[in-house]
Amino acid sequence: MRRINFARIAVNVVLAAALPLAAGAQQMESHIGNLTGHSDAGRQLYFRYCWGCHGPHGNGMGENEPWVTPQPRNFVAAVFKCRSTPTGTLPLDSDLFNTLKRGFNFTNMPSWAALTDQNRADLVAFIKTFSPRWKSEKPGDPIQIPPEPTLTIGSIKHGQELFQKLECWKCHGQEGRGDGPSASTLTDSNDQPIRPYDFTSDNRSKCGRTNQDLYKIFMTGVDGTPMPSFADVVKPEDAWDLVHFLRTLQYNNPSPELTMWEGTPEGKAIVAAKRVKQTYTGSGVKP
Amino acid sequence: MQMKRVVIAGVVVLAASALAVANPNPAGGTISGKVTYEGTPKKMKPIDMSKEPSCAKMYATPPTGESVVTGPGNVLQDVVVYISAGAPDDAAPSSAAVFTQKGCRYIPHVLAFQVNQELKIVNEDQTSHNIHPMPKLNREWNKSQPPGTPPISEKYDKAEFIPVKCNVHPWMHGNFAVLKNSHYAVTGESGSFTLPNLPPGKYTVTAWQEEYGDQSQEVTISGGETKTVTFVFKAKPY
Repeated sequence: MRRINFARIAVNVVLAAALPLAAGAQQMESHIGNLTGHSDAGRQLYFRYCWGCHGPHGNGMGENEPWVTPQPRNFVAAVFKCRSTPTGTLPLDSDLFNTLKRGFNFTNMPSWAALTDQNRADLVAFIKTFSPRWKSEKPGDPIQIPPEPTLTIGSIKHGQELFQKLECWKCHGQEGRGDGPSASTLTDSNDQPIRPYDFTSDNRSKCGRTNQDLYKIFMTGVDGTPMPSFADVVKPEDAWDLVHFLRTLQYNNPSPELTMWEGTPEGKAIVAAKRVKQTYTGSGVKP
Repeated sequence: MQMKRVVIAGVVVLAASALAVANPNPAGGTISGKVTYEGTPKKMKPIDMSKEPSCAKMYATPPTGESVVTGPGNVLQDVVVYISAGAPDDAAPSSAAVFTQKGCRYIPHVLAFQVNQELKIVNEDQTSHNIHPMPKLNREWNKSQPPGTPPISEKYDKAEFIPVKCNVHPWMHGNFAVLKNSHYAVTGESGSFTLPNLPPGKYTVTAWQEEYGDQSQEVTISGGETKTVTFVFKAKPY
Protein backbone atom coordinates (compact mmCIF):
# COMPACT_ATOMS: atom_id res chain seq x y z
CA MET A 1 0.00 0.00 0.00
CA ARG A 2 1.43 3.32 -0.99
CA ARG A 3 0.32 6.28 1.03
CA ILE A 4 -0.41 9.70 -0.34
CA ASN A 5 2.63 11.81 0.25
CA PHE A 6 1.31 15.34 0.76
CA ALA A 7 4.79 16.71 1.35
CA ARG A 8 5.85 15.41 -2.08
CA ILE A 9 2.80 16.92 -3.74
CA ALA A 10 3.57 20.27 -2.14
CA VAL A 11 7.19 20.11 -3.27
CA ASN A 12 6.08 19.17 -6.78
CA VAL A 13 3.66 22.08 -6.97
CA VAL A 14 6.35 24.53 -5.88
CA LEU A 15 8.90 23.01 -8.25
CA ALA A 16 6.49 22.99 -11.14
CA ALA A 17 6.00 26.68 -10.69
CA ALA A 18 9.73 27.32 -10.55
CA LEU A 19 11.09 24.79 -13.03
CA PRO A 20 9.75 26.03 -16.35
CA LEU A 21 11.79 29.14 -15.69
CA ALA A 22 14.85 27.48 -14.17
CA ALA A 23 15.35 24.56 -16.56
CA GLY A 24 16.27 26.74 -19.50
CA ALA A 25 19.91 25.74 -19.29
CA GLN A 26 19.57 22.67 -21.50
CA GLN A 27 18.41 22.82 -25.09
CA MET A 28 17.58 19.76 -27.13
CA GLU A 29 16.25 19.11 -30.59
CA SER A 30 14.45 16.15 -32.07
CA HIS A 31 14.41 15.18 -35.72
CA ILE A 32 11.58 13.13 -37.16
CA GLY A 33 11.52 13.11 -40.94
CA ASN A 34 11.29 16.78 -41.97
CA LEU A 35 10.14 17.85 -38.53
CA THR A 36 12.44 19.49 -36.01
CA GLY A 37 11.24 19.60 -32.41
CA HIS A 38 12.52 22.17 -29.90
CA SER A 39 12.72 21.55 -26.18
CA ASP A 40 11.72 25.12 -25.31
CA ALA A 41 8.37 24.64 -26.98
CA GLY A 42 8.14 21.11 -25.59
CA ARG A 43 8.60 22.39 -22.03
CA GLN A 44 5.37 24.40 -22.20
CA LEU A 45 3.48 21.32 -23.40
CA TYR A 46 5.13 19.03 -20.86
CA PHE A 47 4.08 21.22 -17.94
CA ARG A 48 0.58 21.27 -19.29
CA TYR A 49 0.00 17.62 -20.23
CA CYS A 50 2.70 15.33 -18.85
CA TRP A 51 4.09 16.41 -15.51
CA GLY A 52 1.06 15.25 -13.50
CA CYS A 53 2.30 11.67 -13.89
CA HIS A 54 5.91 11.97 -15.07
CA GLY A 55 6.70 14.71 -12.54
CA PRO A 56 8.50 18.04 -12.74
CA HIS A 57 11.87 16.26 -12.76
CA GLY A 58 10.80 13.72 -15.36
CA ASN A 59 11.58 10.88 -12.97
CA GLY A 60 8.08 9.40 -13.05
CA MET A 61 7.25 10.78 -9.62
CA GLY A 62 4.43 13.17 -10.47
CA GLU A 63 1.61 13.70 -8.02
CA ASN A 64 -0.53 11.05 -9.73
CA GLU A 65 2.20 8.43 -9.46
CA PRO A 66 0.79 6.68 -6.33
CA TRP A 67 -2.34 5.79 -8.29
CA VAL A 68 -0.70 4.75 -11.53
CA THR A 69 0.29 1.17 -12.38
CA PRO A 70 2.59 0.47 -14.12
CA GLN A 71 4.49 3.46 -12.79
CA PRO A 72 4.97 6.43 -15.13
CA ARG A 73 8.14 6.23 -17.21
CA ASN A 74 11.27 7.64 -15.59
CA PHE A 75 12.89 9.83 -18.25
CA VAL A 76 15.99 10.29 -16.09
CA ALA A 77 16.79 6.57 -16.36
CA ALA A 78 16.07 6.81 -20.10
CA VAL A 79 14.99 3.15 -20.42
CA PHE A 80 12.29 2.96 -23.09
CA LYS A 81 9.98 0.12 -24.03
CA CYS A 82 9.24 0.65 -27.71
CA ARG A 83 12.38 1.00 -29.78
CA SER A 84 13.64 0.08 -33.19
CA THR A 85 17.15 0.01 -31.66
CA PRO A 86 18.88 -2.90 -29.85
CA THR A 87 18.24 -3.65 -26.17
CA GLY A 88 20.10 -1.33 -23.80
CA THR A 89 20.43 1.51 -26.32
CA LEU A 90 18.58 4.79 -26.63
CA PRO A 91 15.58 4.85 -28.99
CA LEU A 92 15.33 6.94 -32.13
CA ASP A 93 13.44 10.23 -31.93
CA SER A 94 10.85 8.67 -34.22
CA ASP A 95 10.33 5.78 -31.75
CA LEU A 96 9.40 8.24 -28.98
CA PHE A 97 7.31 10.26 -31.43
CA ASN A 98 5.32 7.18 -32.46
CA THR A 99 4.90 6.13 -28.83
CA LEU A 100 3.35 9.51 -28.00
CA LYS A 101 0.90 9.14 -30.84
CA ARG A 102 0.04 5.52 -30.00
CA GLY A 103 -0.10 5.66 -26.22
CA PHE A 104 0.27 2.45 -24.23
CA ASN A 105 -2.49 -0.11 -24.08
CA PHE A 106 -3.13 -1.56 -20.61
CA THR A 107 -1.52 1.47 -18.91
CA ASN A 108 -2.57 4.98 -17.92
CA MET A 109 -0.59 6.48 -20.80
CA PRO A 110 -3.15 7.75 -23.32
CA SER A 111 -2.69 8.37 -27.00
CA TRP A 112 -1.61 11.94 -27.76
CA ALA A 113 -2.90 11.79 -31.33
CA ALA A 114 -4.91 14.93 -30.56
CA LEU A 115 -1.72 17.00 -30.48
CA THR A 116 -0.11 18.16 -33.71
CA ASP A 117 2.96 16.42 -35.13
CA GLN A 118 4.97 19.54 -34.26
CA ASN A 119 3.72 19.36 -30.65
CA ARG A 120 4.81 15.76 -30.34
CA ALA A 121 8.21 16.50 -31.89
CA ASP A 122 8.69 19.34 -29.38
CA LEU A 123 7.75 17.03 -26.50
CA VAL A 124 10.27 14.42 -27.66
CA ALA A 125 12.96 17.12 -27.66
CA PHE A 126 12.04 18.17 -24.12
CA ILE A 127 11.91 14.59 -22.78
CA LYS A 128 15.52 14.25 -23.91
CA THR A 129 16.65 17.05 -21.57
CA PHE A 130 16.00 14.91 -18.47
CA SER A 131 18.80 12.36 -18.88
CA PRO A 132 22.49 13.09 -19.48
CA ARG A 133 22.56 9.90 -21.58
CA TRP A 134 21.16 11.89 -24.52
CA LYS A 135 24.33 14.01 -24.45
CA SER A 136 26.86 11.22 -23.92
CA GLU A 137 25.35 8.46 -26.09
CA LYS A 138 23.89 8.17 -29.54
CA PRO A 139 20.73 6.14 -30.18
CA GLY A 140 21.51 2.56 -31.20
CA ASP A 141 21.64 1.53 -34.85
CA PRO A 142 18.11 0.42 -35.74
CA ILE A 143 17.79 -3.32 -36.25
CA GLN A 144 17.52 -4.28 -39.90
CA ILE A 145 14.16 -5.70 -40.94
CA PRO A 146 14.36 -7.59 -44.23
CA PRO A 147 11.27 -7.50 -46.48
CA GLU A 148 8.51 -9.79 -45.29
CA PRO A 149 8.64 -13.12 -47.15
CA THR A 150 5.54 -14.59 -48.76
CA LEU A 151 3.17 -16.13 -46.27
CA THR A 152 3.07 -19.94 -46.43
CA ILE A 153 1.79 -22.74 -44.22
CA GLY A 154 5.39 -23.85 -43.86
CA SER A 155 6.28 -20.45 -42.44
CA ILE A 156 3.44 -20.59 -39.89
CA LYS A 157 4.38 -24.16 -38.90
CA HIS A 158 8.01 -23.22 -38.45
CA GLY A 159 6.91 -20.25 -36.33
CA GLN A 160 4.89 -22.66 -34.22
CA GLU A 161 8.04 -24.75 -33.63
CA LEU A 162 10.01 -21.64 -32.71
CA PHE A 163 7.32 -20.61 -30.21
CA GLN A 164 8.05 -23.93 -28.46
CA LYS A 165 11.81 -23.91 -28.91
CA LEU A 166 12.34 -20.34 -27.71
CA GLU A 167 9.96 -21.06 -24.84
CA CYS A 168 7.75 -18.05 -25.51
CA TRP A 169 4.97 -20.09 -23.84
CA LYS A 170 6.74 -19.96 -20.47
CA CYS A 171 5.25 -16.48 -20.06
CA HIS A 172 2.74 -16.05 -22.89
CA GLY A 173 1.12 -19.49 -22.44
CA GLN A 174 0.68 -22.33 -24.91
CA GLU A 175 -2.36 -20.61 -26.43
CA GLY A 176 -0.84 -17.13 -26.21
CA ARG A 177 -3.26 -16.06 -23.50
CA GLY A 178 -0.53 -14.55 -21.31
CA ASP A 179 -0.98 -17.29 -18.73
CA GLY A 180 2.25 -19.33 -18.95
CA PRO A 181 3.83 -20.94 -15.87
CA SER A 182 6.07 -17.93 -15.17
CA ALA A 183 3.42 -15.29 -15.89
CA SER A 184 2.30 -14.77 -12.32
CA THR A 185 5.84 -14.12 -11.08
CA LEU A 186 6.81 -11.39 -13.54
CA THR A 187 7.82 -7.94 -12.36
CA ASP A 188 9.06 -4.90 -14.24
CA SER A 189 12.21 -2.93 -13.43
CA ASN A 190 10.35 -1.06 -10.67
CA ASP A 191 9.50 -4.41 -9.02
CA GLN A 192 5.84 -3.95 -9.89
CA PRO A 193 3.86 -6.95 -11.20
CA ILE A 194 3.43 -6.93 -14.96
CA ARG A 195 1.36 -9.11 -17.31
CA PRO A 196 2.72 -10.73 -20.44
CA TYR A 197 0.82 -9.83 -23.61
CA ASP A 198 -2.37 -11.81 -24.18
CA PHE A 199 -2.45 -12.51 -27.93
CA THR A 200 -6.06 -13.67 -27.75
CA SER A 201 -7.31 -10.33 -26.45
CA ASP A 202 -8.64 -7.94 -29.05
CA ASN A 203 -6.07 -5.36 -27.99
CA ARG A 204 -3.08 -4.49 -30.04
CA SER A 205 0.30 -4.99 -28.39
CA LYS A 206 1.98 -2.11 -26.60
CA CYS A 207 4.41 -1.20 -29.34
CA GLY A 208 2.21 -1.21 -32.42
CA ARG A 209 -0.07 -3.33 -34.56
CA THR A 210 1.75 -4.12 -37.82
CA ASN A 211 3.76 -7.22 -38.64
CA GLN A 212 6.87 -5.04 -38.64
CA ASP A 213 6.02 -3.86 -35.12
CA LEU A 214 5.67 -7.47 -33.93
CA TYR A 215 9.03 -8.29 -35.53
CA LYS A 216 10.64 -5.34 -33.74
CA ILE A 217 9.15 -6.18 -30.34
CA PHE A 218 10.81 -9.56 -29.93
CA MET A 219 14.02 -8.62 -31.73
CA THR A 220 14.68 -5.47 -29.66
CA GLY A 221 12.96 -6.64 -26.48
CA VAL A 222 10.79 -4.37 -24.36
CA ASP A 223 13.33 -2.70 -22.07
CA GLY A 224 12.32 -2.24 -18.44
CA THR A 225 10.06 -5.32 -18.63
CA PRO A 226 10.74 -9.09 -18.53
CA MET A 227 10.52 -9.31 -22.34
CA PRO A 228 14.08 -9.97 -23.58
CA SER A 229 15.71 -9.28 -26.92
CA PHE A 230 16.04 -12.23 -29.33
CA ALA A 231 18.13 -10.35 -31.89
CA ASP A 232 21.28 -12.37 -31.11
CA VAL A 233 19.61 -15.78 -31.27
CA VAL A 234 16.92 -15.60 -33.96
CA LYS A 235 17.77 -15.31 -37.65
CA PRO A 236 15.75 -12.71 -39.61
CA GLU A 237 13.95 -15.33 -41.73
CA ASP A 238 13.03 -17.27 -38.57
CA ALA A 239 11.78 -14.06 -37.00
CA TRP A 240 9.31 -13.58 -39.86
CA ASP A 241 8.08 -17.16 -39.42
CA LEU A 242 7.45 -16.43 -35.76
CA VAL A 243 5.53 -13.25 -36.66
CA HIS A 244 3.29 -15.30 -38.98
CA PHE A 245 2.56 -17.80 -36.24
CA LEU A 246 1.90 -15.11 -33.61
CA ARG A 247 -0.81 -13.67 -35.85
CA THR A 248 -2.68 -17.00 -35.75
CA LEU A 249 -2.83 -16.73 -31.94
CA GLN A 250 -4.90 -13.56 -32.35
CA TYR A 251 -7.98 -15.56 -33.27
CA ASN A 252 -10.33 -12.59 -32.82
CA ASN A 253 -8.26 -10.44 -35.12
CA PRO A 254 -8.82 -11.27 -38.82
CA SER A 255 -5.53 -11.55 -40.71
CA PRO A 256 -4.20 -13.36 -43.79
CA GLU A 257 -2.19 -15.55 -41.42
CA LEU A 258 -5.29 -16.58 -39.45
CA THR A 259 -7.26 -17.30 -42.62
CA MET A 260 -4.49 -19.49 -44.02
CA TRP A 261 -4.05 -21.30 -40.68
CA GLU A 262 -7.77 -22.02 -40.44
CA GLY A 263 -7.58 -23.45 -43.94
CA THR A 264 -5.57 -26.41 -42.64
CA PRO A 265 -7.18 -29.22 -40.60
CA GLU A 266 -4.67 -28.74 -37.77
CA GLY A 267 -5.08 -24.98 -37.63
CA LYS A 268 -8.84 -25.20 -37.88
CA ALA A 269 -9.03 -27.56 -34.91
CA ILE A 270 -6.71 -25.38 -32.80
CA VAL A 271 -8.59 -22.16 -33.51
CA ALA A 272 -12.01 -23.81 -33.06
CA ALA A 273 -10.94 -25.14 -29.65
CA LYS A 274 -9.99 -21.61 -28.62
CA ARG A 275 -13.33 -20.24 -29.70
CA VAL A 276 -15.15 -22.37 -27.14
CA LYS A 277 -17.19 -19.88 -25.13
CA GLN A 278 -17.32 -20.38 -21.40
CA THR A 279 -20.63 -20.00 -19.61
CA TYR A 280 -20.74 -18.65 -16.08
CA THR A 281 -21.20 -22.16 -14.74
CA GLY A 282 -18.02 -23.25 -16.54
CA SER A 283 -19.57 -25.60 -19.10
CA GLY A 284 -18.22 -25.09 -22.59
CA VAL A 285 -20.52 -24.20 -25.48
CA LYS A 286 -19.18 -24.40 -29.02
CA PRO A 287 -20.37 -21.59 -31.27
CA MET B 1 92.80 -6.21 9.14
CA GLN B 2 90.91 -3.07 8.27
CA MET B 3 90.77 -4.27 4.65
CA LYS B 4 89.17 -7.52 5.80
CA ARG B 5 86.53 -5.62 7.81
CA VAL B 6 85.60 -3.58 4.71
CA VAL B 7 85.28 -6.75 2.67
CA ILE B 8 83.05 -8.36 5.29
CA ALA B 9 80.90 -5.24 5.43
CA GLY B 10 80.65 -5.31 1.65
CA VAL B 11 79.57 -8.94 1.66
CA VAL B 12 76.90 -8.18 4.28
CA VAL B 13 75.54 -5.28 2.20
CA LEU B 14 75.49 -7.47 -0.92
CA ALA B 15 73.74 -10.27 0.91
CA ALA B 16 71.15 -7.85 2.24
CA SER B 17 70.44 -6.44 -1.22
CA ALA B 18 70.24 -9.97 -2.64
CA LEU B 19 67.65 -10.78 0.01
CA ALA B 20 65.66 -7.72 -0.94
CA VAL B 21 65.66 -8.81 -4.60
CA ALA B 22 64.55 -12.30 -3.61
CA ASN B 23 61.37 -10.81 -2.13
CA PRO B 24 58.91 -10.99 -5.06
CA ASN B 25 57.19 -7.78 -4.03
CA PRO B 26 59.77 -5.44 -2.61
CA ALA B 27 57.18 -2.77 -1.90
CA GLY B 28 53.97 -4.85 -2.04
CA GLY B 29 51.87 -5.33 1.02
CA THR B 30 48.93 -7.63 1.54
CA ILE B 31 45.59 -7.18 3.22
CA SER B 32 43.96 -10.42 4.25
CA GLY B 33 41.30 -11.50 6.66
CA LYS B 34 37.94 -13.06 7.17
CA VAL B 35 34.30 -12.09 6.88
CA THR B 36 31.95 -13.37 9.56
CA TYR B 37 28.51 -12.60 10.92
CA GLU B 38 27.01 -12.29 14.36
CA GLY B 39 23.42 -13.04 15.25
CA THR B 40 21.10 -15.39 13.41
CA PRO B 41 20.92 -15.19 9.63
CA LYS B 42 17.63 -16.02 7.97
CA LYS B 43 17.19 -19.60 6.92
CA MET B 44 17.59 -20.11 3.17
CA LYS B 45 14.58 -21.94 1.81
CA PRO B 46 14.82 -24.83 -0.66
CA ILE B 47 14.11 -23.68 -4.23
CA ASP B 48 11.07 -25.24 -5.89
CA MET B 49 12.18 -25.93 -9.45
CA SER B 50 9.22 -28.16 -10.32
CA LYS B 51 8.17 -25.72 -13.07
CA GLU B 52 11.47 -26.46 -14.82
CA PRO B 53 11.88 -30.26 -14.77
CA SER B 54 15.10 -30.18 -16.83
CA CYS B 55 16.75 -28.30 -13.95
CA ALA B 56 14.91 -29.95 -11.05
CA LYS B 57 16.22 -33.39 -12.06
CA MET B 58 19.81 -32.19 -11.68
CA TYR B 59 19.48 -32.11 -7.90
CA ALA B 60 19.02 -35.02 -5.51
CA THR B 61 17.79 -32.56 -2.87
CA PRO B 62 16.51 -29.14 -3.89
CA PRO B 63 19.20 -26.43 -3.65
CA THR B 64 18.62 -23.56 -1.24
CA GLY B 65 18.60 -19.82 -1.85
CA GLU B 66 21.97 -18.09 -2.03
CA SER B 67 21.39 -14.52 -0.91
CA VAL B 68 23.11 -15.30 2.43
CA VAL B 69 25.54 -18.23 2.34
CA THR B 70 27.24 -19.12 5.62
CA GLY B 71 29.87 -21.63 6.69
CA PRO B 72 31.25 -23.23 9.87
CA GLY B 73 32.64 -20.67 12.32
CA ASN B 74 30.04 -18.06 11.33
CA VAL B 75 31.85 -17.22 8.10
CA LEU B 76 30.06 -15.45 5.25
CA GLN B 77 30.53 -16.52 1.64
CA ASP B 78 30.00 -14.50 -1.52
CA VAL B 79 31.16 -11.25 0.08
CA VAL B 80 33.05 -8.92 -2.26
CA VAL B 81 36.08 -7.36 -0.54
CA TYR B 82 37.68 -4.60 -2.55
CA ILE B 83 39.73 -1.42 -2.36
CA SER B 84 37.16 1.35 -2.67
CA ALA B 85 39.58 4.25 -2.21
CA GLY B 86 43.34 4.79 -2.27
CA ALA B 87 44.18 2.69 -5.33
CA PRO B 88 44.26 4.11 -8.87
CA ASP B 89 41.79 2.80 -11.47
CA ASP B 90 43.23 -0.14 -13.42
CA ALA B 91 42.89 -0.96 -17.09
CA ALA B 92 40.63 -3.94 -17.71
CA PRO B 93 42.42 -7.31 -18.04
CA SER B 94 42.17 -9.07 -21.40
CA SER B 95 40.64 -12.19 -19.88
CA ALA B 96 36.85 -12.46 -19.71
CA ALA B 97 34.81 -12.90 -16.55
CA VAL B 98 32.54 -15.90 -17.05
CA PHE B 99 29.00 -16.17 -15.67
CA THR B 100 27.39 -19.56 -16.17
CA GLN B 101 23.76 -20.61 -15.99
CA LYS B 102 23.71 -24.22 -14.85
CA GLY B 103 20.92 -26.12 -13.14
CA CYS B 104 18.86 -22.91 -13.25
CA ARG B 105 21.34 -21.20 -10.96
CA TYR B 106 24.06 -18.65 -11.54
CA ILE B 107 27.64 -19.82 -11.14
CA PRO B 108 29.20 -17.97 -9.46
CA HIS B 109 26.38 -16.38 -7.51
CA VAL B 110 28.46 -13.21 -7.19
CA LEU B 111 30.76 -12.40 -10.09
CA ALA B 112 33.30 -9.62 -9.59
CA PHE B 113 35.07 -8.06 -12.56
CA GLN B 114 36.44 -4.75 -13.70
CA VAL B 115 35.02 -1.79 -15.55
CA ASN B 116 35.21 -2.45 -19.31
CA GLN B 117 36.33 -6.06 -18.78
CA GLU B 118 34.64 -8.58 -21.06
CA LEU B 119 31.74 -10.37 -19.41
CA LYS B 120 30.88 -13.71 -20.97
CA ILE B 121 27.51 -15.26 -20.18
CA VAL B 122 27.09 -18.98 -20.87
CA ASN B 123 23.94 -21.13 -20.84
CA GLU B 124 24.68 -24.79 -20.06
CA ASP B 125 21.05 -25.66 -19.41
CA GLN B 126 18.51 -27.39 -21.64
CA THR B 127 16.10 -24.49 -21.20
CA SER B 128 15.89 -20.89 -22.39
CA HIS B 129 17.04 -18.25 -19.95
CA ASN B 130 16.81 -14.52 -20.21
CA ILE B 131 19.62 -12.53 -18.65
CA HIS B 132 18.24 -9.36 -17.15
CA PRO B 133 20.78 -7.36 -15.12
CA MET B 134 19.13 -4.40 -13.38
CA PRO B 135 21.74 -1.62 -13.20
CA LYS B 136 21.04 1.92 -12.02
CA LEU B 137 24.10 3.65 -13.51
CA ASN B 138 24.90 1.44 -16.49
CA ARG B 139 22.67 0.62 -19.43
CA GLU B 140 19.85 -1.80 -18.79
CA TRP B 141 19.49 -4.59 -21.35
CA ASN B 142 17.65 -7.89 -21.35
CA LYS B 143 18.63 -10.76 -23.65
CA SER B 144 17.25 -14.18 -24.33
CA GLN B 145 19.64 -17.16 -24.43
CA PRO B 146 18.06 -20.42 -25.62
CA PRO B 147 20.00 -23.69 -25.11
CA GLY B 148 22.93 -24.25 -27.43
CA THR B 149 23.34 -20.60 -28.42
CA PRO B 150 26.77 -18.94 -28.25
CA PRO B 151 27.88 -17.01 -25.14
CA ILE B 152 26.70 -13.43 -24.76
CA SER B 153 29.55 -10.91 -24.58
CA GLU B 154 28.96 -7.62 -22.79
CA LYS B 155 30.79 -5.03 -20.72
CA TYR B 156 29.93 -2.29 -18.24
CA ASP B 157 31.59 1.11 -18.28
CA LYS B 158 30.66 2.28 -14.77
CA ALA B 159 31.48 0.73 -11.38
CA GLU B 160 28.31 -0.64 -9.78
CA PHE B 161 26.78 -3.60 -7.95
CA ILE B 162 24.15 -4.99 -10.30
CA PRO B 163 21.46 -7.52 -9.36
CA VAL B 164 20.83 -10.05 -12.12
CA LYS B 165 17.67 -12.01 -12.71
CA CYS B 166 16.02 -14.41 -15.11
CA ASN B 167 12.38 -13.51 -15.58
CA VAL B 168 11.49 -16.98 -16.85
CA HIS B 169 12.80 -18.65 -13.68
CA PRO B 170 11.94 -16.27 -10.84
CA TRP B 171 14.18 -18.02 -8.30
CA MET B 172 17.28 -17.29 -10.35
CA HIS B 173 19.11 -14.36 -8.96
CA GLY B 174 22.77 -13.33 -8.94
CA ASN B 175 25.02 -10.30 -8.76
CA PHE B 176 27.65 -8.52 -10.81
CA ALA B 177 30.24 -6.49 -8.91
CA VAL B 178 31.76 -4.08 -11.44
CA LEU B 179 34.90 -2.65 -9.83
CA LYS B 180 37.36 0.09 -10.72
CA ASN B 181 40.63 -1.69 -9.89
CA SER B 182 42.11 -5.17 -9.80
CA HIS B 183 42.37 -5.36 -6.00
CA TYR B 184 39.33 -7.43 -5.08
CA ALA B 185 38.33 -10.86 -3.83
CA VAL B 186 35.09 -12.76 -3.29
CA THR B 187 34.99 -14.89 -0.15
CA GLY B 188 34.62 -18.63 -0.58
CA GLU B 189 33.76 -21.43 1.82
CA SER B 190 36.34 -20.33 4.39
CA GLY B 191 35.06 -16.73 4.39
CA SER B 192 38.64 -15.51 3.97
CA PHE B 193 40.10 -13.12 1.45
CA THR B 194 43.53 -11.90 0.34
CA LEU B 195 44.33 -8.69 -1.50
CA PRO B 196 48.03 -8.98 -2.49
CA ASN B 197 50.46 -6.65 -4.31
CA LEU B 198 49.38 -3.41 -2.69
CA PRO B 199 51.94 -0.59 -2.98
CA PRO B 200 52.50 1.44 0.19
CA GLY B 201 49.62 3.77 0.83
CA LYS B 202 46.45 4.42 2.73
CA TYR B 203 43.51 2.31 1.58
CA THR B 204 39.83 1.99 2.25
CA VAL B 205 38.86 -1.66 2.23
CA THR B 206 35.16 -2.32 1.71
CA ALA B 207 33.21 -5.54 2.14
CA TRP B 208 29.85 -5.86 0.35
CA GLN B 209 27.17 -8.43 0.98
CA GLU B 210 24.02 -8.36 -1.13
CA GLU B 211 21.59 -8.36 1.80
CA TYR B 212 23.65 -6.82 4.60
CA GLY B 213 25.07 -3.89 2.63
CA ASP B 214 28.67 -2.77 2.97
CA GLN B 215 31.19 -1.73 5.59
CA SER B 216 34.62 -0.16 5.26
CA GLN B 217 37.90 0.05 7.14
CA GLU B 218 40.99 2.18 6.69
CA VAL B 219 44.25 0.28 6.30
CA THR B 220 47.74 1.73 5.85
CA ILE B 221 50.35 -0.35 4.06
CA SER B 222 53.92 0.81 4.52
CA GLY B 223 55.98 -2.02 3.02
CA GLY B 224 55.92 -5.73 2.34
CA GLU B 225 53.80 -6.39 5.38
CA THR B 226 50.54 -8.32 5.69
CA LYS B 227 47.75 -6.59 7.53
CA THR B 228 44.80 -8.53 8.86
CA VAL B 229 41.32 -7.07 8.64
CA THR B 230 38.15 -8.64 9.96
CA PHE B 231 34.65 -7.74 8.85
CA VAL B 232 31.70 -8.71 11.02
CA PHE B 233 28.21 -8.26 9.59
CA LYS B 234 25.08 -8.15 11.74
CA ALA B 235 22.87 -10.94 10.46
CA LYS B 236 19.21 -10.19 9.86
CA PRO B 237 16.90 -13.02 10.92
CA TYR B 238 14.36 -12.29 8.15
